[in-house]
Amino acid sequence: MIRFENVKYERDGFSLAADFKVDRASLCAVLGPSGAGKSTLLSLVAGFEDLRSGRILIDETVMTGVPPAARPVHFVFQSHNDFPHLSLFDNVALGLSPRLKLDVEQRMAVDSALARVGLAALGQRKPGQVSGGELQRMALARALVRAKPVLLLDEPFASLDPGLRREMLALVVELHREHRLTTLLVTHQPEEARSACDAVVFVADGVARAPVETERFFQCTDEVVKRYLG
Amino acid sequence: MAARDGAMTKRIAIAVVAALVALGLVPLVWFVVSTGGRPSLDAGVWRVLGFTLWQALMSTVISIALALPVALALVRVGPRWRDAALSVLSLPQGLPAIVVVLMLVTLLGESGWLGGWYPLYGLGGIVLAHVYFNFPLASRLFAQSLMNVPAEHVRLSQQLGFDRAALWRRLELPVLWPVVVRAFALIFLLCTASFVIVLTLGGVAATTLEVAIFQSLRMDFDPARALSLSLVQIALCAVLVAAAGRTAWVETGTTRHSVTAWPSSSHAITAAVVVMALSALALPLFLLIFDGVRNLQFSETLARATLLSIGLAVVSCVLTLLLTWPLAKGGHFMSGLAGVIVPPAVMATGWFLVLLWTGANYLWNVLALVALNVLMSLPFAGSGLSTGFARMGAQRDRLYSQYGVRGFNRFLRFELPQMRQAVSQAGAMAFVLSLGDLAAITLIGNQGIITLPSLISQQLGNYRSADAMGTALVLAVLCLVVAVFSQRWRDDPV
Repeated sequence: MIRFENVKYERDGFSLAADFKVDRASLCAVLGPSGAGKSTLLSLVAGFEDLRSGRILIDETVMTGVPPAARPVHFVFQSHNDFPHLSLFDNVALGLSPRLKLDVEQRMAVDSALARVGLAALGQRKPGQVSGGELQRMALARALVRAKPVLLLDEPFASLDPGLRREMLALVVELHREHRLTTLLVTHQPEEARSACDAVVFVADGVARAPVETERFFQCTDEVVKRYLG
Repeated sequence: MAARDGAMTKRIAIAVVAALVALGLVPLVWFVVSTGGRPSLDAGVWRVLGFTLWQALMSTVISIALALPVALALVRVGPRWRDAALSVLSLPQGLPAIVVVLMLVTLLGESGWLGGWYPLYGLGGIVLAHVYFNFPLASRLFAQSLMNVPAEHVRLSQQLGFDRAALWRRLELPVLWPVVVRAFALIFLLCTASFVIVLTLGGVAATTLEVAIFQSLRMDFDPARALSLSLVQIALCAVLVAAAGRTAWVETGTTRHSVTAWPSSSHAITAAVVVMALSALALPLFLLIFDGVRNLQFSETLARATLLSIGLAVVSCVLTLLLTWPLAKGGHFMSGLAGVIVPPAVMATGWFLVLLWTGANYLWNVLALVALNVLMSLPFAGSGLSTGFARMGAQRDRLYSQYGVRGFNRFLRFELPQMRQAVSQAGAMAFVLSLGDLAAITLIGNQGIITLPSLISQQLGNYRSADAMGTALVLAVLCLVVAVFSQRWRDDPV
């Protein structure tokens, strides 16, 4: 469970407020106009940005002052999830050991994570030799080996073709269910939220609103939401 | 049609450059051959070559070794401090070599403020002066490449809990390595060709090819030896440029990123590294200001030298831009041309002989001076303009031809406004280079031509280093004013 308690954030005239909780093991979409602060919301949970006031709790532990690596969180970016000079295997292995010193058990974990996302045959390839979709699968495999209870996805499929998108979304939903992850998915595609997510967090005008059950969100009569959905 | 016009001006520009280069080489060869001399590669030549390479290697390695920790610290001190520090780091490059030499002499010379302990004359001084110029350059290149790292990578390394060693191996080293290689090539090349620093701080044993060419012609009048040294120098340049390949580019200004993902570090070492680097750079500068203001005396000599320097710089700058524009527009020709730069000392030998034979008057001397300055600025200005053309994009050619935009109209209304940044950068570079030039004037000037740098050199030679500081301050301020104005003009919205 992620709890935002009177969270306020400010930087260079941009501000964001949040005060709600996200249920454990739920899959929540984060929707809202561009630049509203969807990515910032995730960065706050991951610890990449500092709060101005308030606090964030993950599974009842206060995150204030906890460095990103020590948080029970894994973040998948829209791009640049790979280090281009390392093989896919090593890229995933970084999730277990920054020095790439793996024991037998850990190597097996990396192998099975690669297999789980359908990259079993590509472990020795370099990022430059695989497709964008395969790179995002690699990022999901890294999330698997890190096995953190919270998964944050910042438009992870934005640069993929529609077919690939649906496939990847299905994979995310499967992983989310198998590992009972608390998942926040930033997306620009309302239909992704509609087809896969339990609830929607709507971010607009400097406020992230509490999650609303997906069906109710799409029937919402709020002016701002209606204008966003078009 | 437009393309045809461009090709014409380009051909003219190439012809001019080729003629100037030929004028530099042919008379020397002809003179040596006609007097029955022949170039020989004796032990003396090899010794000079050895020292040239050795001092360049030392200067380059030390510059890069110092720059790496500074760059790593710089990206972590927070944007405001970082930008301020980057500005300070860009100062030495704008300073004429003779000013830096003078600052070092005043600081570390026999009777200097901290004088006595450092062997300023010889290898030690040459390397120190080269490092003073090039370590800030390398720091800026490295910091720039670190600032271009995708924010995701920095955050990923935070999330995965990289320790210092992992951060270096997985993130920083892979990003820095190609830049280190390029910086190495660039700095090594600059140090090999450096003239003024070696001339003033070197000695009999500590002399490089460039300076030895000059000495063998002007001091010993031994054209055969000058030719052998010139041939070695040309071969060396060719080898270095071929080895460096396309990597020997010239850096053209810093883009400012206000947002960088590197987390600010409150670590004491980070701040200490930056503070130490900046104070090492700033100490001689403070000395220059302090001593310069105290010793500044306006005299007619100073006024004449200032006016002449500015005049020469204006002419060189305009000619350089006119010559560079068509060359740079022709695509990557410039990076190739930078490869075939004939070192100024070599050029000057031929011109010197021509001036000698024709018993040239003041005017011819000045013209030769301007021409040599233009040739020396060409590779720098050229790479600046090439970058500008590349940024402007070649695909616009179709747009231009569709609407029939061509000729002078295209130049004035379309290209110049888009090239403003590149032109002001390249122009400022050519201007400052000519303003602070002591190499060309030493090589082919005569007693009657007194510019600010040659005045400094004279005063220094007559043990009037206090007066020299005053003159150096005037020169440094002029260079700085030009740099600031070109920056202003560049940043103004169109």
